[in-house]
Amino acid sequence: MTKKTSNNYGSAIREGFAYLLKKYPEVFVIGQGLWSPWYVGNSMTGLDKEFGIERIIDTPVAESACTGAAVGAALAGMKPIMVHPRMDFMLYAMDAIVNQAAKWSSMMGGQAHAGVTIRAIINRGGEQGAQHSQALHSWFAHIPGLRVVMPYSVSDARDLLIASALSGDPVIYIDDRWLYSNVEKLEPVSELDLKTQGPKIIKSGGDLTLVSAGYSTHLALEASKILSVEGIEAEVIDMRVLSPISPKAIIESVAKTGRLVTVDGGWSPAGFAGEIIATVTEGISPKLLKSSPRRVTLPFAPAPSAPALEKIYYPTPEDVVKVSRATFSD
Amino acid sequence: MKFDNGIDSLGTEGLSLNCNPSLNLDMRAQQELIDQLYLMIHIRFIEHKIANMRKMGHIGGPVHLGAGQEAIAVGISRYLRKSDKIFSGHRSHAHLLAMGSDPYRLFAELLGRSTGLTKGMGGSMHLWDGPNGIYGAVPIVSGTVPLAVGAALALKMQNKDDIAIAYFGDGAIEEGVVHESLNLARQLCVPVLFVCENNFFSSHMHISQRQPSNSIARFSRANEIETETVDGNNIIDVENAASRLIDIARNKKMPVFMEAITYRHYGHVDWQEDADVGINRSQSDLKLWKLKDPIVRLESALLEVNFLNKDELQKRKTDIHKEIDSAWKLAFDDTEPESKSLLNFVYKG
Repeated sequence: MTKKTSNNYGSAIREGFAYLLKKYPEVFVIGQGLWSPWYVGNSMTGLDKEFGIERIIDTPVAESACTGAAVGAALAGMKPIMVHPRMDFMLYAMDAIVNQAAKWSSMMGGQAHAGVTIRAIINRGGEQGAQHSQALHSWFAHIPGLRVVMPYSVSDARDLLIASALSGDPVIYIDDRWLYSNVEKLEPVSELDLKTQGPKIIKSGGDLTLVSAGYSTHLALEASKILSVEGIEAEVIDMRVLSPISPKAIIESVAKTGRLVTVDGGWSPAGFAGEIIATVTEGISPKLLKSSPRRVTLPFAPAPSAPALEKIYYPTPEDVVKVSRATFSD
Repeated sequence: MKFDNGIDSLGTEGLSLNCNPSLNLDMRAQQELIDQLYLMIHIRFIEHKIANMRKMGHIGGPVHLGAGQEAIAVGISRYLRKSDKIFSGHRSHAHLLAMGSDPYRLFAELLGRSTGLTKGMGGSMHLWDGPNGIYGAVPIVSGTVPLAVGAALALKMQNKDDIAIAYFGDGAIEEGVVHESLNLARQLCVPVLFVCENNFFSSHMHISQRQPSNSIARFSRANEIETETVDGNNIIDVENAASRLIDIARNKKMPVFMEAITYRHYGHVDWQEDADVGINRSQSDLKLWKLKDPIVRLESALLEVNFLNKDELQKRKTDIHKEIDSAWKLAFDDTEPESKSLLNFVYKG
């Protein structure tokens, strides 16, 4: 990444919030820890001072009611952003997200929409263990009615947050604390239409397609550098929007490279890495595949807290390299 | 079991055949009372119509009928505006109809027609009628309670003097999110009226099998929310409490809570009154509660003071039946949703 300015992933998110709060009076932010934002890195620092505690609402310990309230406020004309500093705690709010927000438009015949953005932060590592670590994007990508956004780049961290809040649909916006120190020079904000956003090729290559989102894209990109030294040019595709999925760019890439490796910070079974493989294999002729598609995911176990186990639990660029190499020996 | 306001749980004490609990009609304009009576009858007959059509198989999906509970919605709605934001659960027909929802569009929805309140996408359990203030009635028990709190927060942020309403039953109070919602509403000081229609049954389970007390109001009081427990079958009591509570919500921007004691004539779901999911309710209790029928009580009171005579009442009832029958026929002949509507409404864009 270029280090031209001080805009990092966390401060870019903060810029997204500030942009929305300044321009749209119907935007407000609600969630736990917002008046003491060490919970969320540097991504919300001082917003309460700048925009007032009426619009930056720190709440009782009530994920379920607060998320439901954000949904209800959206139905009454606001553009709320609900913040869950750890996705694990958000599981208390599944009714509001899955039964209410996701289905509202459909149930009501398209006459009302729960335009709420739910920011879920993946906050793992540091020996935090099983309940402070989960990346559950695959769950939400399974549900019709939700849009699921997982920015990797610093500019996406800002611009997809803005696009989510303005989309009019319920959006699960998932950011990863492990990306917060990434730095990028940002262009001025241009409001994106979330509907039109999809996968982006962030590195071109003709030998292998790596598909990922969020922090996994960081792994894929690092892996591609190592592979390049070995003479393997990987095409790296950052998904950005996990649902509704736009598969065209991935399918075209695999049709070109003949090899697919998906990288995902979740578990394999019924997961997003497998979904990408299924979507691609359904979409191209099997003759075009030069090897079996493969995936790099977490071991099928809850996150450990012991440092020795944690070290082998989370995938590394080397893991991605290893699996990528294997596609050349089928 | 006794309630703190003296209402007993099953209506089996202090109530004999000639002791039809009378209403105190003073301070009420004659026409207003008659209108309220006719609105309750209108809703009752619609529920009866739905029950019959469900029984005959014309309505394919489950219907949760509120016959016997009309005074609550009718009494409260007198103080509501169409710009208020009303949320409800599975037993919601009366809440909509009391705000003026068109029976034809309700019928069309129950029949799965594209002209229904939710364009045939919701059926009885997923209803919306924004222009009449109905912001959504859906059947996950307690699911809309926090939504109403959020709508109230929105109204406060928008500097409006509208309020939000959350209708729910005595079963919903057993869900954790209701307690979170009461606390949140009180802490945020938002204008929401919580209405618990306590009819003693959650599906097949009597409240005594589910809770150590039959007073729902104990939970709102624990959250320091202004609360009234009323005889929900007495429209005058309901209106008095609604007037006071809604005034607080609207003008002081505070949550308020009404527990309305009532009883449903039908079982939990569909048309049978003597059966519930799993177990039978007591026929004798139902019989006694029918003596406290909110419509019978208002009718008797109005006839007694000559605000109404039997002939005009009968004529009006006949007219209401005719209106309902023609609305049903109109809905029945409507078209079904096109197959593209399966995917058309999933996202806004």
